[in-house]
Amino acid sequence: MEKQYETVIGLEVHVELATKTKIFCGCSTAFGGAPNTHTCPVCTGMPGTLPVLNGQVLEYAVAVGLATNCSITRYCKFDRKNYFYPDNPQNYQISQLYLPICRNGHVDIETEGGVKSIGIHEIHMEEDAGKLIHDEWEDVSLVDYNRSGVPLIEIVSEPDMRNAQEVIAYLEKLRMTIQYLGASDCKLNEGSMRADVNLSVREVGSTELGTRTEMKNLNSFRAITRAITGERERQIELLERGESVVQETRRWDDAREVSYAMRSKEDAQDYRYFPDPDLVPIQLDDAFIERVRAGQPEFREEKMERYRREFDIPDYDTRIITGSKHMADLFEATVELCHQPKKVSNWLMGETLRLLKEREMDPEDIRFTPAHFAKLIDLTERKVINTTVAKEVFEEMFDRDVDPEGYVEDKGLKMVGDGNALRKTVEEVIAANPQSVADYRGGKEKAIGFLVGQTMKAMKGKADPASVNQLLKELL
Amino acid sequence: MAHVIDDETIEYVGILAKLELSEEEREQAKKDMGSMLDYIDKLGELDTTDIEPMSHVFPVQNVFREDVVTSGDMREQMLANAPQEKDGMFVVPKTFEG
Ligand SMILES: [Zn+2]
Repeated sequence: MEKQYETVIGLEVHVELATKTKIFCGCSTAFGGAPNTHTCPVCTGMPGTLPVLNGQVLEYAVAVGLATNCSITRYCKFDRKNYFYPDNPQNYQISQLYLPICRNGHVDIETEGGVKSIGIHEIHMEEDAGKLIHDEWEDVSLVDYNRSGVPLIEIVSEPDMRNAQEVIAYLEKLRMTIQYLGASDCKLNEGSMRADVNLSVREVGSTELGTRTEMKNLNSFRAITRAITGERERQIELLERGESVVQETRRWDDAREVSYAMRSKEDAQDYRYFPDPDLVPIQLDDAFIERVRAGQPEFREEKMERYRREFDIPDYDTRIITGSKHMADLFEATVELCHQPKKVSNWLMGETLRLLKEREMDPEDIRFTPAHFAKLIDLTERKVINTTVAKEVFEEMFDRDVDPEGYVEDKGLKMVGDGNALRKTVEEVIAANPQSVADYRGGKEKAIGFLVGQTMKAMKGKADPASVNQLLKELL
Repeated sequence: MAHVIDDETIEYVGILAKLELSEEEREQAKKDMGSMLDYIDKLGELDTTDIEPMSHVFPVQNVFREDVVTSGDMREQMLANAPQEKDGMFVVPKTFEG
């Protein structure tokens, strides 16, 4: 009989925290600065400098730990992880090995297979490395330390996942939780969330773990799914040929859909961790932890419950809206202003999702304000503009956050409410299109559509199509 | 000397420290490391039952910074000691991932 294999997956997820400054110095974490303009003696590893922990990093780490049911380590400290590589100016990364800030947590995920609990082994705080750029002209590399010292948390799961679907559900869950906390924007494609996949296979029924590999460079859910399938197959093929899996780090090439072993840095996976003498230990008391706990937001599950109670919108809409903290905030703030949950939800489900897709943006990137959004809904409700015009204005608002009221005014987009002007135009259209008029009178109902179109065109789109339709019927 | 460092160990430590040692230096390093380890062994002679491992020498804890930007653009100063710079970056020997 053919052997059946089970995939065993654990994840190491790095998340860049949304602090204003780096973890151990007062340099800005802002993106897009010219190379090395956000650096100082501390984050470039100059001798004799003293790192001091950013209190906000600790708060975010504890907040994530509490939200993922971890126990918080009351006495914790930092260690040095030693390695030589030019992205790391100190020749060690400040991290936590012996006493990580959070341990023994879990999150529940939901897939087609039902609800499952995924264990979290630990969460630790550490610093990011600089960026290496290969110089095309000379055979050298260039280093930019703007990212050096940017705060990270690394969330290490237990090997509890069995397929790509569970991995994605777990990542979605982490992302949502952390976004709700405001601790990070968690963008895989921009690197503020990075997932390394530890994968091994074993025969179904076996309780022993097989030799695992670690897969890096996974920048999208799609890449993660493909890498899991690819690595599972590669390992099974090796085992079927009677060979064994080598424990190694592999890099995924998503364009070619293959992975290859990364050259180990002089095969020394010996980081010689030791306590960092520059950083004093952290002793957390109940008051601190309770203060962080009190600041926890309403998470997605609770929010969905409340939406079901408070708003008369479809469950599908609730899921999509609460799937992004930013969209949920926008929804609630706009409803607060215009009291039209159904209408707000419709605009989000329709035009907003369409434009997000078209512009290749995440819901977190939405920039228009609730005030403008509410104004647009009000303009359509009061029939100041018709639906076609509303969509046009919405797009302007989506792209540039224009004030819909001012925009409609400036562009002269108001519907012509003046009955006489409309009647006059309709009469002109009837006079100019005797053939369609004859068709309609002869029983061809569809002919009226053409006449409505002609009228709308003559009115430059600023009429209400329903009124035009009614008026035409009346006059014919 | 109780601790004898073999060639394999000194070779490995050399790789980790990115040091290329001459035959002479290697022998000296073996001796030095051996006597360092002997010295450390003295600690083992002490009775440490019921003593919490110490992770820091100062009786200080919970020193935090506020999350406020305090340093501006110091690129020029940061690059001043670089052996070579280009386009505002540090020039290093070519590295490649994978
Ligand atoms: Zn700095």
